[in-house]
Parts: sequence; C-alpha cells; structure tokens
Amino acid sequence: MGKYVGQSMPRKEGTDKVTGRSLYVDDIVLDGMIHGTTVRSAVPHGRITGIRFDPAIPWDEFVIVTAADVPGENVVTMLIADQPFLAHDVIRHPDEPVVLLAHPDKHLLAAAREHVHIDVDPLPTVFDIESSLQCNTLLFGADNVFKRFDMTKGDVDAAFARDDVVIVEGSYETGAQEQMYIEPMGMIAVAAPGQGVTVWGSLQCPYYVHKALKPLFGLPAEQVRVVQTVTGGGFGGKEEYPSILAGHAALLSWKAGGVPVKIIYDRAEDLACTTKRHPSRTRHRTAVTRDGELVAMDIDFVLDGGAYATLSAVVLSRGTIHACGPYRCPNARVVGRAVATNLPPHGAFRGFGAPQSIFALERHLDHVARAVGLPPEELRRRNLLNRGDTTATSQTIEEAIDLGAMLDDALNIAGWAEKKAAFAVHNADPANTTKKGMGLATFFHGSGFTGSGEVYLASVVGVEAGPGGHVTVLAASTEIGQGTNTIFSQIAADALRIPYELVEVAQPDTARVPDSGPTVASRTCMVVGRLVQDASEALVSTLRDATFLKAGDYTAEQFAGAVDAYLERFGTLRIYSKYKQPPGVVWDDKTYRGAAYAAFGWAAYVAEVEVDTLTYSAKVTDFVAVQDIGTLINPQLAAGQVEGGVAQAIGWAIYEGVDWREGHMANNQMTNYIIPTAADVPPIRVYFHSVPFSYGPSGAKGVGELPMDGPAPAILNAIEDAIGVSIRRAPALPEDIMEAVLAAAGPTTSEVNHG
Amino acid sequence: MAEVAFGKVAITFTVNGVERTVETYPMARLLDVLREELRLTGTKEGCGEGECGACSAFVDGKLVNTCLVPVIQARGATIETIEGLATGDELHAVQQAFIDAGGAQCGICTPGMVLATVALLREHPDPNEAQIREGLAGNLCRCTGYIKIFDSVATAARAIRAREDASGHGGGAA
Ligand code: FES
Ligand code: FES
Repeated sequence: MGKYVGQSMPRKEGTDKVTGRSLYVDDIVLDGMIHGTTVRSAVPHGRITGIRFDPAIPWDEFVIVTAADVPGENVVTMLIADQPFLAHDVIRHPDEPVVLLAHPDKHLLAAAREHVHIDVDPLPTVFDIESSLQCNTLLFGADNVFKRFDMTKGDVDAAFARDDVVIVEGSYETGAQEQMYIEPMGMIAVAAPGQGVTVWGSLQCPYYVHKALKPLFGLPAEQVRVVQTVTGGGFGGKEEYPSILAGHAALLSWKAGGVPVKIIYDRAEDLACTTKRHPSRTRHRTAVTRDGELVAMDIDFVLDGGAYATLSAVVLSRGTIHACGPYRCPNARVVGRAVATNLPPHGAFRGFGAPQSIFALERHLDHVARAVGLPPEELRRRNLLNRGDTTATSQTIEEAIDLGAMLDDALNIAGWAEKKAAFAVHNADPANTTKKGMGLATFFHGSGFTGSGEVYLASVVGVEAGPGGHVTVLAASTEIGQGTNTIFSQIAADALRIPYELVEVAQPDTARVPDSGPTVASRTCMVVGRLVQDASEALVSTLRDATFLKAGDYTAEQFAGAVDAYLERFGTLRIYSKYKQPPGVVWDDKTYRGAAYAAFGWAAYVAEVEVDTLTYSAKVTDFVAVQDIGTLINPQLAAGQVEGGVAQAIGWAIYEGVDWREGHMANNQMTNYIIPTAADVPPIRVYFHSVPFSYGPSGAKGVGELPMDGPAPAILNAIEDAIGVSIRRAPALPEDIMEAVLAAAGPTTSEVNHG
Repeated sequence: MAEVAFGKVAITFTVNGVERTVETYPMARLLDVLREELRLTGTKEGCGEGECGACSAFVDGKLVNTCLVPVIQARGATIETIEGLATGDELHAVQQAFIDAGGAQCGICTPGMVLATVALLREHPDPNEAQIREGLAGNLCRCTGYIKIFDSVATAARAIRAREDASGHGGGAA
C-alpha cells in the first residue's frame, strides 16, 4: 500500500461543504435567468384530447412548451425508445409531464401552472404486479413483461423429485422506496438553435444526460455539454431522471431563444414524479436435505417496472443473478420478470434489484432452517460458498473468500448466543410488553456492471499534469457524497508518488472529461479507480521515457521539474487509460451463465430489534455489519458508506412506506414519508475483513451498494424472532405488524374478521 | 408592477454581524430572502415544511427552520447563518470536527447539521449520547446514517472544552 491509499484522508471538498460555500444547482444564478415548471397529468392512464389554457392568465408573458415544440425526437432511450420527454397522445402514469412553462417570477409561475387543463379520456389501469401478470389490461407488448430472464443450473426438477429432501415454499414482497436525497432534483439550461445546448445540474451520470439530449435536439455530440454541479445525494435516484429534467429545462430555453432556464423541484414534486426502488414479489421453493444441505432452489422473481421500460431490465438482471445468494446450491432455476403498471417508472436505487431478491432469500432461509430444525446461522454456515465453488450463474469463485469467518465474527460481536438466550427468557414473561429478537443475513454483491457490461462501456479516464506538477484527474465519475474526489486523489497521488495536495479531480463536464461510464453499480472505486491508477502510472512512465524523470525514487520537486520540462518541450501532458476486462471474466448473455461480476463484496450482518406489543412499532437497537470489500482505500469513507447504507435499509425495513393512490404517491412529503432520524438509528458497528482483489486499485472492490442488501431481511428475521410471527413483506410498519399479530392470534380474531 | 411594489415592505435585520435592509413581501420565507436577496446560499431547502432542518439558521440565538419563518417576523432580529460561523479562514471547531470525523458526505444537510451542533453544544457542552440524538433529531441526513455525525459532535465538544481549559479556569467558559 502507498502513502495515502489505506489512510482516512480528509474529504477533498470538505471545507467548502462545512462552510456552505459549495454551490449546488439551486445556488447558481445566471444573468437573465428565468424559472421553469411542469404541468403534469392528474390521471394514471388515458388519451389526451386537448390542452386548455385558462384565459385569466396573460399567457403571452410565459414561455410555453408542449410535445409539438420538440425539435428532434421526443423520447428518452435508456434501453428501448418508449418514454417521451413530454406526453402527447397517451398518458401512462400519474404526474407524467405534458406542458412546460417558464416565467421570470416563480410565484406567478406556480399560480399559472394551476390554470392549464389537460383533457383526458381515461383508459383502464393496472397498479400492481399480480394484476399486470393477469394481463386483463395490456400496457406493454403481448404480456406486460418488459423483460424476462431465465437462469438455470443443474437439474432442478430431478432434485425436487428426490425422496430425501424437504420442500419449503414461501412468497415475499417489498415495497417501493424513495431515495430521499436531501437536495431535490434541479437543472439549469442554456439552449438555442445555432448555439447548442448546455445544462448544469444535480446528476450522477453526465454522459447519460448527454446521450439523451442529442436526439431531443437533433444535435451532434460536440454541441451538447453537460456539467455536474455539486450534488446533494443521489443513491441511484439521479441516474436516469436527470435526463428528462435536463431535456425540459433545455426545451424551455430553446423556445425562449437561449434565455437561461432553471427548474428546481420542490419536495412534493420530486417525490411524486421521480423514480423509486422497484416493488417486488418473489416466490421461493426450496429442496433441502434433513441435515440442511440446499439441494435446489426454484425462484420466481418479479419487479414492478412502472409505466416505461427505462432501465428496469438491468435492475432485473442484477436482482435475478443475486437471487440465490452466496450459497453453494447445485440446482437452481430463477425466472425474473419486470412488468408494466401505471405507476411512475421505477428506477435505480442503491443495490439495484439485489436488495429485493436478497430480502426474499434471506427471509426464506430462516423458514428453511426451521423446517429442518437447524438454527438460522447453522443452515447458512453449511451452505456458504467457498473458493472453488460455483454461484447460480456457474461462476467459479476464484478469489479468496472468508464468509464463514465473517459470519462467526458478526455473531460473536453481536453477542448472538448469549442475547438469544436472554431474550428467550425476557420474551416468555408476559409482563414484558416489549419483545426482543435477533436476526441475521449473509449475502454478496457484485461490483461493477453485470457480465459484459464493462466491456461495452469501455470506460476511459484521463490524467493531466500541469505547471508545478499539479495533476488533474479527468473522469465522468461524479462526487455525490460517497467520496469520489477523495479516493481518486489518493489513488492518483500514490501512483504518481506525489503529495495528495497536488492532485485535483476535475468537475465532471462532458466538454472536458472522457466518458468513464456512469456513477452506479459500486463501480467507481474498483473499475474507474483502477483506471485512475493505470493512467497515473502511465504518466510517470511517459516522463521516464522522455528522460525527464530518472529511474528510482523522486521528490515532489523533481516530479514538478520533470512535468515542467515535458510541458516546455511538448505542450501538454495528458494520459488516458481504457478499461481492460480481467482475464477469465467470460459471460454468456443468452444462457445467463458465466462470470457475472469480476468481483463480489461479501457480508454477514446481525440486527437486534425490540417490538412494542402495545404500539406494534419495531425499533432496531443494535446492528453489526461485517464485510469484505477488498483493500480499503479510505477506511473512514468506507465505514461512512456502510453506515449510510445500513440506515437507508433500516428505513426500507420498518419506516418507509409509499402510499399509492391510483398510482400517485399520496404521502409525497417528508412529514408522512418517514426516513430514519438521529433518534432512530441504532449503533451501527462496522467491521472489515479485507481480502485484496487482484484487479482493483491496490486490491479494492465496490462498497456503495452492499450495505443496502442485508439489513432488511436481518431486521425482519429479528422481528419474527421477537414476536414469533412471520412478516413476509417489507416495510414492516406498525400497521403491518399489528395485522400479522392479530391474524396469528387465533380463531376468535379471524372469526370476527370473517364475520 | 405598481401593485407588486405596493405589497413589498422594507425590513431591516442584522445578518452575520452586518445590518441589512431588504425590500420584500412580508410573508416571504426568511429562507428565500437569505438565499435570493442576500445570496447567502449556504442555507439550504430540503423540504420547505419544517421537517429536514437543512434551512436552519439562528434567529436571536435560537435555531429555527427558516422555511417556516415569514421574513416580517425577523424584523430587527439578529440572524446568524452558516456563512458567519468561521472566523475568516479559521473554521469553527464544529466545522473542523465535521471534516475530521467524516460527518459530511454529500454536504447538503451539513450547514444545518453544523448549526444544530453549535446549538446543542451551547446547551450541553459535554453531551451524552441521548442529548446528541435529541439535539440532532430535527435535522435529516440521508447519507451518513448519522454515526459519523455523532462522532463529529463528540470531537467538536472535546476540542471546544480543550480550548477553554487551555485558556484558563473558567475564563473562556462563558
Ligand atoms: S427546508 Fe426547512 S425544514 Fe426542510
Ligand atoms: S451528508 Fe448528504 S444528507 Fe447529510
């Protein structure tokens, strides 16, 4: 390890953030800038018959844009071309954008928005997975299925037919979850015919926005520029939607002849309109021997994609691949489907499909353990993957793996055995109305794009040296709070062997940085970080080859001298490096077999809960998170990622429920969509087992998403341990716990219910 | 235009030690006046309904959600925002602690969190865990899971006490 990698270097932009000097998109004012807003559909599904503008408003003072004003193609293409920037003809979900307005006065704008009326002839609606699968109303294709994957290993039917196995079945569900980044979406655009389009905004993937804007205006790449402003959280929520918002702001500016237009969503609009985590339903059928050996898994995994395909197929892919978990099961069949409904499209959120399928599996395994009379930790221990074993995609685990030891550690740190015993005594006493329980989950998360994804992305990173040996990293990877600026600087400083202070990371701006791929999929550190390391090393080689830098060690001054000499001779010193697939990573998209990911993060989490049997509310009272994410580039940032991910997952498990009414989020306020506060989080105790990954920068893997996968099942397992009632749907809100307890309470209650 | 001007009033208050007068609607939110009229954009908007604390500022020494305060209520008040906390280039101990202990990730909650910590430490110079949780419960953070924010509070409390001890018995403690 070098001088900086492995150290908790302070966040590069820390001072700007603690002083309030960082400029987020809403803090930026351009000369002559006006404000934009969006008129949206009130109905979930229907045909637009007219748009009426109330004559009470002086509309000539406003910039007005409808689908008819789009200069190019009115469609955002994530995977297929189906989602319009502005609906025309058919409305497919509530709150779909139809008309854009702009005006210099925000308050007049907000009032005017209420005076645009969209006339719609309603069409039949579908709001949940089961209705979509029944196909009584067709929203997409012949069967409402956006995408289906079939993944098989071994001979599942033969395994179920064996006479020495017990068969355990269960069905599990998860609800939508809002990312709830504290900075709502926002964008500023300057666009005009002849001048091209520039947008500045809160976003994760500058080149996704770039790709979306080109066809919208029919412009070549060089006439579209996307700049990321300081971004107040993303978690996947600012992966795809910013393309639409950027399009809206740019359409208004284009119509206004190049006047800068700013659109900032308020919280209610952000919650109602932007993407959330896909709701899911997973059915499990498992064959297990009486001594707890998993013989076969048969899994039916379905995601609610919402009204448009967006990137649901990719979310589904990750969920499907993770559905069998880190277990050695010789026979597996997973059918994954993403289906259409009339909800706003669901999208990327930390974990990207894996938390949903892992929730189902880790809840189910507790039931499997009970069926064969084993403690939950023992069932898992008997089936965990080891080096040389194969995953459900038949990928052989080549790297060292330590999951059994991680499980033992997590149990010991949490005090599993002692607490379980003490809680059994506590819970048996009827005087104690608060019941306590413990639950666990063991799981994995693939780092980087699935299968051949990274090969197709072919990411590029640049490193540029300037006068005095100041080095700038050029990458499209965005700092969204996770520490990109800091870890890239650490990696580059070590590879260049210069002080951390001499390295800066350029603001992501498509006019300046190459396409290093999207900031998603826990790929920034492992994949892009490795490219930063490669480019930095190549820069040093370049200086040596040009004989400005001698072999062996050098000081910062010598480095600066070498750079200055090079610049004087050649003008610029900028080196790019491009992604190379590690050897042995071979994936077959047709059969869904092969090496799904170059590396996995591994983890064992333990949750302790208390359930108040009078109020039916659950609280997490302790949380232990043990994981292997390879070498830690920055231990403080890594722990911060785990703590933040665990807290979000606690929210998903017991606090955060979206109240859908006819496809519209009815609780679209922070007041009634509840995320964990400082008073709600337990101690989150984070431990790392660091097994270096051969192809990551200095051995690092991904960390961002892993901590989202395990907490929810661990917590619901703990709730079942506490109250003896199984809850199979997350979130488990007090009303859900009450319902489950009353349903389990016996004949009197159910007679009343059925009465 | 005449009608609009008619609705506006002149309101004077002190912000970060400087007296300022703004012409604005009496019911305008203090948050908007700070951000748009005075260009003090360190005060953030996360919800506009008093839930997130991103818009926190001190008004007459009391931490408030400026999204809920009509500017007319701040007439004559003394207001302190995040921009006024550091002394020149020297960060306040709480700001330094948020850097050192990793209390800021995306940073959008950070100005509010820092000010909430200042308020908390004014009341409890040596806070226990329950006091920290209670003191920060009105400020939402989606990035950190709060753990490193708790560490930042403890780090700041130690730094402030150490400085006061160094400056002599009781002398600087007030
Ligand atoms: S913006 Fe004021 S409390 Fe959220
Ligand atoms: S640091 Fe991002 S919300 Fe707190």
